[in-house]
Amino acid sequence: MNELLRATASELAGMIADGEVSSREVTQTHLDQIAAVDGRVNAFLHVAADRALAAADAVDAQRAAGEQLSPLAGVPLAMKDIFCAQGMPTTCGSRILEGWLPPYDATITSRLAQAGVVVLGKTNMDEFAMGSSTENSGFFVTHNPWDNTKIPGGSGGGSAAALASFEAPLALGTDTGGSIRQPAAVTGTVGVKPTYGGTSRYGVVAMASSLDTPGPCARTVLDAALLHQVIGGWDPMDSTSINAPLPDVVGAARSGDIAGMRIGVVTELGGEGYAPGVEQRFAEALEALQRRGAEIVEVSCPSFDYALAAYYLIMPSEVSSNLARFDAMRYGLRVGDDGNTSAEEVMNLTRGAGFGAEAKRRIIIGTYALSAGYYDAYYGSAQKVRTLIKRDFDAAFTTADVLVSPTTPTTAFTIGERVDDPLAMYKADLCTIPSNLAGNCAISVPCGLADGLPVGFQVMAPALADDRLYRVGAALEAELAAGWGGSLLDQLLASPAGAYLEGGLR
Amino acid sequence: MSVELYDFDQAMAEFDPVLGLEVHVELNTVSKMFCSCANVFGGEPNTRTCPVCLGLPGSLPVVNAKAIESAIRIGLALNCEIAPWCRFARKNYFYPDMTKDFQTSQYDEPIAFNGWVEIDVDGEPFRIEIERAHMEEDAGKSVHVGLSGRIGDADYSLLDYNRAGTPLVEIVTKPITGTGAKAPAVAKAYVAFLRDLMLALGVSDVRMEQGSLRCDANVSLMPKGATQFGLRTETKNVNSLRSIEAALHYEIRRQAALLAGGGKVHQETRHWHEEGHTTPGRSKETAEDYRYFPEPDLVPVAPSPEWIAELRETLPELPDRKRKRLKAEWGFADQEFADIVNAGALDLIEATVAAGASPAAGRKWWLTELARRANEAGCELAELAITPAQVAELQALVEAGTLNDKLARQVIDGVLAGEGSPSDVVTGRGLAVVSDDSALAAAVERAIAANPEVAERIRSGKVQAVGALIGAVMQEMRGQADAAKVRELVLATLS
Repeated sequence: MNELLRATASELAGMIADGEVSSREVTQTHLDQIAAVDGRVNAFLHVAADRALAAADAVDAQRAAGEQLSPLAGVPLAMKDIFCAQGMPTTCGSRILEGWLPPYDATITSRLAQAGVVVLGKTNMDEFAMGSSTENSGFFVTHNPWDNTKIPGGSGGGSAAALASFEAPLALGTDTGGSIRQPAAVTGTVGVKPTYGGTSRYGVVAMASSLDTPGPCARTVLDAALLHQVIGGWDPMDSTSINAPLPDVVGAARSGDIAGMRIGVVTELGGEGYAPGVEQRFAEALEALQRRGAEIVEVSCPSFDYALAAYYLIMPSEVSSNLARFDAMRYGLRVGDDGNTSAEEVMNLTRGAGFGAEAKRRIIIGTYALSAGYYDAYYGSAQKVRTLIKRDFDAAFTTADVLVSPTTPTTAFTIGERVDDPLAMYKADLCTIPSNLAGNCAISVPCGLADGLPVGFQVMAPALADDRLYRVGAALEAELAAGWGGSLLDQLLASPAGAYLEGGLR
Repeated sequence: MSVELYDFDQAMAEFDPVLGLEVHVELNTVSKMFCSCANVFGGEPNTRTCPVCLGLPGSLPVVNAKAIESAIRIGLALNCEIAPWCRFARKNYFYPDMTKDFQTSQYDEPIAFNGWVEIDVDGEPFRIEIERAHMEEDAGKSVHVGLSGRIGDADYSLLDYNRAGTPLVEIVTKPITGTGAKAPAVAKAYVAFLRDLMLALGVSDVRMEQGSLRCDANVSLMPKGATQFGLRTETKNVNSLRSIEAALHYEIRRQAALLAGGGKVHQETRHWHEEGHTTPGRSKETAEDYRYFPEPDLVPVAPSPEWIAELRETLPELPDRKRKRLKAEWGFADQEFADIVNAGALDLIEATVAAGASPAAGRKWWLTELARRANEAGCELAELAITPAQVAELQALVEAGTLNDKLARQVIDGVLAGEGSPSDVVTGRGLAVVSDDSALAAAVERAIAANPEVAERIRSGKVQAVGALIGAVMQEMRGQADAAKVRELVLATLS
C-alpha cells in the first residue's frame, strides 16, 4: 500500500517540509495513480504532468535552499476546469471553450502557486457547472469511485471523484447551488462552500455571479481548512469579495470542540423524498454530535420550501447573461465562418453547436425570466424569496449556532437515471441551495453508508462564521472515525468494489 | 429615394416640436471604467486591453472611483439630486463590439436625477429639465471593410476593443417643449452648454470629432396647441454642434411633410449624414428587449453625504454664471458678446484681460486675426500656439507704439512659428516701428526724388496722391514705420 496516496494533505506537507519525501515523488505518485485508475473514473479533463512536476521541483528547490515553506507546499491538487490558469486548457466542461488557453491566472490559481500547491490538472464537471452528476459535461461522464455505475455528483464530480479515487489529496470546486457539497456527499469526501465573498471569483468562469462560491474539497476536514486558508480572503479584483479577515478555520478544524454548541435541525430539510438510509445516518450523526457535548434543537425555516423555485429563476437569469459572451468572436469554438455568413449567423451557429442541452435550457429559462413584462413575476419574485430565506436563516441562527441537514436527499443515483428528468436532477440540491441564496457558508462531511454508498452530513453557518463549520465537521469526523475504526474511504478500499483503486496504492 | 420636406416656417406654423436629447460624455479618467487599462483615445488597435475589458471568461469588473466622482460632479453641476445608493445594471444584447454581450450601465437607479439647466438662445432663456445622468461603459469599435464602409455591404469587419470600457456619463433630458421654431437652436445651445460645462468641470475632453461628446437627438411633432406628444425619431451620429441644429431642422421638415400629408411618423432610429439628410436605422417598434437586471458582479454605489458635500465644494464657477458675470464686467453689446461665446473665445479673452489687456483689445485679437489663423489651420482658437498672456503682451507693444497693426501680425506669425514671446519676435526679426525722424526724413527725401511727378501733383494741391509716396517710404522701411507719421513728413516736406 502506497502511503503517499493514502496520506492526508496535512501529512504530506509535513513529510515534504521535513525532507522525508520530495514533492516530485509525491506528485509523480499521484500522476501514476491517475494513469492507473482514471480510465475507469474519468475524473480528469486534462492532466498537466510536466507542469506539475516542474512546480514540484520548484518547491523541492525552495526547501533545499532552506526557505520557509507554506503549510501546503508541494502537495498536489486537482482543479475544477472552471478556474483560469494561464496557458492551461480551461473548458468549463463545454465544447464551446474547447482549445481556449486563458492568458491570465485566477486569483485563487495565483494563491495556490504562491503557496507551492502543485496543480495536477483540470477535472471534469457539468457544462459551466450546470448539473448534479457530470452527465452534462460536453466531453464524458465521470464515474463514482464507490460504484462505477453511479454518478459522482455535480457539477464538481471530477474533483470529488479524484479525491475518492486517491488521484489527489486536495481539489478545488465551485458551489452555486451545491456543486461542491453534493459531490462530496455522494463520494464520501469533504466539501466546503465558504461564505459568499470569502473566496475570490476573479478568474473563475461565471455561472451565476451572485451565487458562485469557489471552495476547498478534501478527504479530511483539516485538509479542507488548510486549503481554505490558502485560497480565502479579500481580493481587490473581485468587488463582491469581503474585506474582512478570514476566520481561523484551521484552528477550528484542529480543535473540533463543540461542547455547549447549539445545533439546529431544519425541519423542512427531511421527511418525504428523503431516502430512509440517509435519514438513518443523519440521525446517528446527530447522536454522535450530542456525545461530543452539543445541544440539538429543532428550527423551522418555512421559506426553504421555495428555495428551489427561486434558485431556478435567479440562477438561469444570471446564466443567460453570463453565457452571452461565448459568441465565437474572440475565443473558443467558431462554427459556420465560411466568409459568407454574417457575424450574427456565426454567433447563432456556434452557440447552437457549442452548448449542451442543459446550458440551452437555462439560457432560455433565464432569458424568459428577465423579459420585459415577466421580470417582476419571475426574477423580481425570486429575489423576494431570497430575502425571506435570508430572514429565516437569521431567525434560526438566534436559536442555533449552526444548522444541519442531510447534504442531499438520496445517495448517488445511477448514471442515466435522471438525464431525461431535469426536475428530479434539480432536487439533488434541495438542501444545499438555501445557503447559496443567503450567501452563508456550509460544509458536507461523510456520515456513513446507505446501501453501500456514502451519505453526507451538511452543517450550515452564518456568513463569515466559516470556522463553525470546521469545528462541527472535525468533531463529527473524529467521533464517527472512532466508531468505524478509520475513515469512510477506508471502507471503500477494504471492499471488493474498491479493489481497482489499490492498483496504484500498493 | 426622394424625401418630401415641408417648409420649416410652415411646419412651425402648424406644429409644436418636442425635443429629447441624450448626450454621452466620455470621461477623461486615467484608467477605464472597470479595469486599469489606459483611457486614451485611439492607439494601435487592441493594445489598450486586458482580460476585464476584453470580457474574458472569469474576469470581473471593479468600479473606477474617479469615474464615480466625475459623475457626481456632473450631477451636481446639472442641479441634480445624487442617489445615496444606486446600482449598475446589465443591458443585454449581442453585438461583436460588446465584449461581454452585455453593457454594464445604469438602468432604474441612476447616480444623478431630477436636475435642470438654463441656457440662452439669442438672449432668450430656456430651462432644460434633466431626467437623469447615469454611468456606463463604452463599447469597442467595429470597422466595416468594404466599398461603402457600412455594415450591410461590408466584405468583413475588424474589431478594435481599445475603447471598450471607456467610462461614459449619459445625460438625458426630460421632454423639452415650448421652443417652437427655436427647437434646433435650443438643442445646439444645450449641447454647447454641456460641452462648456464639462470643460469647466475638467471631467472630459469633450471633442465631438473624436466622439468624446456624442448626441442622440429625439424629436416629435404635435399639432399646434396639442398636449399629446407625437411619435418620435431618434437621430444618431450627430457629431458636431452644427449637425445637431441641421439634423433637427431636417427631421422637423421631414416629419411635418409626413404628418401634413396625412401619413404618420415611424418611431425609429435615424442616422444623420453630413450631406444634410437622415436615413432610417433600426425600427423602435420592434425594439430589442435588453433584459436589464442589477449587475451581480458589482456592489452598490453609496456615496456618503459628506463626500457629496466635499465634491460640491470642488465645482468651478459654472459657464452660464461666468458668462453673466463677464458680460456685465466687460460691457459688450449682446451680439458682440454672443460672437465671443460662439467663437469659443470667452476663457481666452478672460485670461487675456487678466494679463492686462482691455476687453475690447482681447476681443479684437481673438475674434479677427487669431480667428482667421485658427480657421486656416482648421483648429480651435485654444489650440493655437499663442497664449492669452502673449496676446496681452502684443497689445501692450502696440499701445506703446513699438508695433503697428501690420507689424503685430508679423509678430503673431513669429509667435505661432515658435520664435518665442512677442518681445522675442520683435527683437529676433528686428520689427520695431522706426520712429527716428532723421531716418524717416531721409527715406521721404528719396521717395520724393524718385517720384517727381507725384510730388508735383501733391504740391499743386492733389493731396490724395500722397498714398503713392507713403507706400514707397513704407516699402523702403520694410513696413517698420508709422504710416501716419510718414504722411505727416511727406506733406510737411512738400508744403
